[in-house]
Amino acid sequence: MTLAAANGGEPLIRWDWIGDHTGQLADLTAHHLKLALLPILFGLIVAIPLGLLCARWRWLYPPTLGVANVLYGLPSLALFMLCIPYFGIGSGGRADFTIIVPLTLFSLSVLVPNVVDGLRSVPDPVRQAATAMGFGTLRRLIQVELPIAVPVVIAGARVAAVSSISLVSVGTLIGNGGLGQLFVDGYSRDFTTPIIVSCVLIIVLALVSDGVLVAAQRLLTPWARRGTR
Amino acid sequence: MIQFDGVTKRYADGTVAVDDLTLQIPTGQITVLVGPSGCGKTTTLRMINRLIEPTSGTITIDGEDVRAQDPARLRRGIGYVIQHAGLFPHRTIVDNIATVPYLLGWDKKKARTTALELMERVGLDTKMAKRYPYQLSGGQQQRVGVARALAADPPVMLMDEPFSAVDPIVRKSLQEEFIRLQSELRKTIAFVTHDIDEAIKLGHTVAVFKVGGVLAQHSTPDELLAEPADDFVREFLGGEKGLKRLRFNRDLDRQDEPGAERQDKPDVEAAER
Ligand SMILES: Nc1ncnc2c1ncn2[C@@H]1O[C@H](COP(=O)(O)OP(=O)(O)OP(=O)(O)O)[C@@H](O)[C@H]1O
Ligand SMILES: [Mg+2]
Repeated sequence: MTLAAANGGEPLIRWDWIGDHTGQLADLTAHHLKLALLPILFGLIVAIPLGLLCARWRWLYPPTLGVANVLYGLPSLALFMLCIPYFGIGSGGRADFTIIVPLTLFSLSVLVPNVVDGLRSVPDPVRQAATAMGFGTLRRLIQVELPIAVPVVIAGARVAAVSSISLVSVGTLIGNGGLGQLFVDGYSRDFTTPIIVSCVLIIVLALVSDGVLVAAQRLLTPWARRGTR
Repeated sequence: MIQFDGVTKRYADGTVAVDDLTLQIPTGQITVLVGPSGCGKTTTLRMINRLIEPTSGTITIDGEDVRAQDPARLRRGIGYVIQHAGLFPHRTIVDNIATVPYLLGWDKKKARTTALELMERVGLDTKMAKRYPYQLSGGQQQRVGVARALAADPPVMLMDEPFSAVDPIVRKSLQEEFIRLQSELRKTIAFVTHDIDEAIKLGHTVAVFKVGGVLAQHSTPDELLAEPADDFVREFLGGEKGLKRLRFNRDLDRQDEPGAERQDKPDVEAAER
């Protein structure tokens, strides 16, 4: 409101600006999604084997969880800055990893415990029955315990995805924040439209990603009792 | 035949679950292990397929020491049924039943065909083949558990209180179908229960255990009811009152036996002529 007032009666949203910038908005949205969701994919690729190892050798879990939690405690901006020397600064190409790598590390702090919890959610009789029928440890983990862990893993992925989508905006401070970039534009020009548009789009992205993950869970686990998870 | 020879199991905390057990489980028969909670029935059963390793003594199946065999391979040749079925929630009924055939590397089609045949055999509508375990009642799940244990046609079956989690009416029908099935299949079965009625009804022989894992008596149901070996067994059978009831039920059951019917039939036919 103050911005609008300072602008001397400018409306809060200028629809024509949105109309003129649909191409840019689409690009930024796609880029934002890439920066936010690739980390979840990479996170899963790391967290699943790590979780399996932690389930197989229990003593591995406390130190692994400790490391994941410490990573989560670090300020995201500090991690982004730490990555600049390796991947560079700016938007697109190699520089995207300056954002993607830290966000992958953040996602691990949610995903690893979820993979382990998921594996532990397997009912004891099921695990025993599998062993008694002649599954070896590895086979049992992969064919029985991991599939049963999927709902819990996806629940973790939902949390990680939403937080990743909001964290990408912090990258704006080093010039690569996806839709967050519009924030800076808006502030520097005293112009509310891009700010509001970026907020709305980020919320929509979070909702849609969450919906897609819920749908994925339905598809992947038709066996799960509806309503209990 | 499964043979226990001086088998003792002492857990890490010092609990003696099974104490110097010598027991024979004859081929093609149902041997029921019965006794109060904590008397070592489950431990005894699980030592057969090496889910638990004995502290001392040997267990052989048809003369071969179970400890000389690879555990996973040994287990694929032994059917195992537990109280809450322990079905795989993420696999359809038909795939649950085909578990061991898959593990043995059977052709998928053959494994499924066998599984469907078994569904009929244990009294399940094959329309349920594509359902998931949560869509079945407790009694139906238990049937799936039995079918799954039978899928690779193992000569030996271990059953740990398979019917105790269902209501009495369902239990009765499961027991009766189990007797019928066994009369066709003639598996070597070790069957654990804490229900003495079930033990008398199903067992060719009944092994009664005391807490501490001591075998108190192993004999046929009729011998058990006629001559309990000691006060513990007498007490476990419910004292004089319990014995009377069990003997009475036994006589009733005998009249219901399929064998008895078959003997009656010629007489009926003769009378009609
Ligand atoms: N892993 C274990 N560690 C220590 N003690 C154990 C363990 N498993 C079983 N026990 C003990 O061994 C004894 C026999 O246990 P088991 O499970 O064989 O009894 P059970 O006859 O099957 O009893 P129930 O009818 O309650 O199932 C019990 O005293 C039990 O507490
Ligand atoms: Mg038991």
